[in-house]
Amino acid sequence: MNSLLNAARPPVLCPGCTHERITHSLDQAFQNMGLAGHQIVIVSDIGCSGLFDTFFHTHAMHGLHGRALTYAAGLKMARPELNVVVTMGDGGQGIGGAHLLAACRRNLDLTLLILNNFNFGMTGGQFSATTPPEARLGSGFLSALERPLDICKVARCAGAPYVRRCSGFQKNLAEHIQDAIEYEGFALLDIWGICPGRYTKKNRLTPKMIDDALAKLPPIDGVVSENVRPEYGQHYRQLAAAQKKVSAPAVIESQFTAPQTDRQEVILLGSAGQRVITAGELLCIAGLTAGMQTTQKNEYNITVLRGPSISELILSPQEINYTGIETPNVVVALDQEGVDRRRGLFERMAKKTLIIQISGVSVPTSKARIHCVDLKALGVKRPDWALASLAVLAKLKQIITPQMLEAALKIRFKSNALDSSLNLVKKVTTDKAA
Amino acid sequence: MAYSLLEGNEAIARGAVAAGCRFFAGYPITPATTIYHNMLNLLPPLGGICLQGEDEIASIGFCLGASMAGMKVMTATSGPGISLYSENLSFAIGSEIPIVIVDVQRLGPSTGSATRGADGDINFLRWGNSGGLPVIVLAPVDVQDCFSLTLQAFNLAEEFRCPVFLASNKEIGMTRESIDLQKVDTPGIVERSAAPPNQPLLPFGVDPGQQVPNFLPIGNKVLVRQTSSTHGADGYITTDSAAIARNQERLKNKLQSAIDRFSFHEHYSIEHTDTLLIAYGVSARAAKAVFKAQKRRGKPISLLVLKTLWPVPENVIQQAARDTRRIVVVEMNLGQYLREIKRILPLKQVDFCGQMDGRLITPGRITEAVDHE
Repeated sequence: MNSLLNAARPPVLCPGCTHERITHSLDQAFQNMGLAGHQIVIVSDIGCSGLFDTFFHTHAMHGLHGRALTYAAGLKMARPELNVVVTMGDGGQGIGGAHLLAACRRNLDLTLLILNNFNFGMTGGQFSATTPPEARLGSGFLSALERPLDICKVARCAGAPYVRRCSGFQKNLAEHIQDAIEYEGFALLDIWGICPGRYTKKNRLTPKMIDDALAKLPPIDGVVSENVRPEYGQHYRQLAAAQKKVSAPAVIESQFTAPQTDRQEVILLGSAGQRVITAGELLCIAGLTAGMQTTQKNEYNITVLRGPSISELILSPQEINYTGIETPNVVVALDQEGVDRRRGLFERMAKKTLIIQISGVSVPTSKARIHCVDLKALGVKRPDWALASLAVLAKLKQIITPQMLEAALKIRFKSNALDSSLNLVKKVTTDKAA
Repeated sequence: MAYSLLEGNEAIARGAVAAGCRFFAGYPITPATTIYHNMLNLLPPLGGICLQGEDEIASIGFCLGASMAGMKVMTATSGPGISLYSENLSFAIGSEIPIVIVDVQRLGPSTGSATRGADGDINFLRWGNSGGLPVIVLAPVDVQDCFSLTLQAFNLAEEFRCPVFLASNKEIGMTRESIDLQKVDTPGIVERSAAPPNQPLLPFGVDPGQQVPNFLPIGNKVLVRQTSSTHGADGYITTDSAAIARNQERLKNKLQSAIDRFSFHEHYSIEHTDTLLIAYGVSARAAKAVFKAQKRRGKPISLLVLKTLWPVPENVIQQAARDTRRIVVVEMNLGQYLREIKRILPLKQVDFCGQMDGRLITPGRITEAVDHE
């Protein structure tokens, strides 16, 4: 196979830079694999490693600092057949730390070459995530304060199934790169090298010193057996293929006449855990079964199972513009938290308003009519109060009818949930006290 | 009469799928999360891809990679996520990567209130990129817009190869509403203009008169280069200042010169009215209620609902304001788009009706602003 190096754009690296050796080793690996340029995309990070995409006749994507792995993930998911090679420095490893950890955990078939030369070369030799504390660099004493990160150990802990630490001067680097590309899963090579432009201006580092340092570390040389598992893309496609297709939104035919055919506004004042939002949705669906247009505006805190839960519902034969409610036809007081959140509402309430007051909830004085219901006495549990209040409305022929509510339940629920909700509604609508 | 009941976020997800979107990546954030949930239900059975990134930066990064591989992509977030998208937005603008970005706005600043609505990101969406080049921002008013403007957003992203924002709001995204899906206006589907498949590609080359470069995906036979660096037509770094200037001008002009083609709006004009109400997003609903009420009261006003916010549809605004003495701008913030209206209409009286407390602006407040100068 021919070299994939871009003859028109030879490497523009400092004399003696290890990156140049890595460039040639990468080219050698491509040749050994018999790859054509269009079978490869080089995703390069920022800094000197960010020049790599220009050295090759391959597809190329060069973006923001530390984010190369994210573009690579999108490319690989969209084009599983591509060989995706990411070049990144020790700087990118630091700033893109979250993406690196996630790539290890995800195990998408990407090859990450970390061109580790222990400093930010392009910006003037500041300390990076791998700088030894004794190094003298452009960032002064600050480099002495932080501990270098052993990315191979981290990657192994984070779940990378292939990790290798090596020197950019190794004769068999091309073989290692090929091995990493051929590995079906996330493969990381931590390639140690020399930055003659910055790092070795004030620090002594030779290929021999790199070899010695590597020899002192426990070897990390390829497949990490405990992390071997299905590749993310294949696994994704396998699970995705088993997902059921979602049907189009239910189209609800008008089949009833609502008890009030003009615009009606309802506010459910409850609290989290009472299924207020679901009840609101059911009221809207019931409205649709009578050909009404509807809106449901909800208010609740970000906390789950705590705090007020309020649903404002409008049913109207005409287009609904503003979705808030200022003078409701019906207010359902389901819980003190909801009532307290909207105390101001009661001051403004007109005579036309009907309050459905669930026993135990106190409501501020107002001009409105009050209809009291003791749901506890009926044996209705608190999570069902909002639904039960719809049954009360239906029974009173306010806003909805029992038929509209039953139709809504059949549209919204299936099997057990449908049976129990129908039973609940029946219980409330046939009870004399409710 | 047959309606469906959808929340705005679901309508956006369904609109995206109808537009041909087969790649979504997002990070959970209220009030945008249900777009992600819907995409997760919709895409995998269609052979599409839905991913949860490790953060918002990864999510938009995944999208940019997939878009360069030729897919129609979307991500969705709220204000705090838009902050994190910023660097990649600049990338998508400068390197012409199509993407649709939904901002279901919540009350800011910062993490603010997760479940309270606002339109506080309107200027942030326009100006939150390095370089300051224009973007497209569409603002839905209701669930129907959520569906149809999402289709438009994809078409614009593909045609102009740029990020297109949907500036939604908690009060649209998480509000359920009846919709007659049969009656929704849907545009034809637009695809990126493809370069010839068998000859070397100048990834940012344009013919004379052409504003948007042809596209080929990364992964086909013809090699494609993409770069966030200042580039020439060949996708390599350039220092040729004339070429750089030409390219920046093109990036600006490709959107600004075409704005009249995608100035989505509704204009309710009544002759000889003194006041024009200008509103967008969920506040336009209250404004429309006021428009109707004023007509009933015998004190008619005109109403302009803007659905394209950026680039500013100046001709539409000027035209609508031509015969009125006074403008009232309604927005759920402390006065952002107001600046644009004042800039475009320096000779008119421009009043402001704004509010930024997590509540909807009521028709009552707007009426007050209309009645009392």
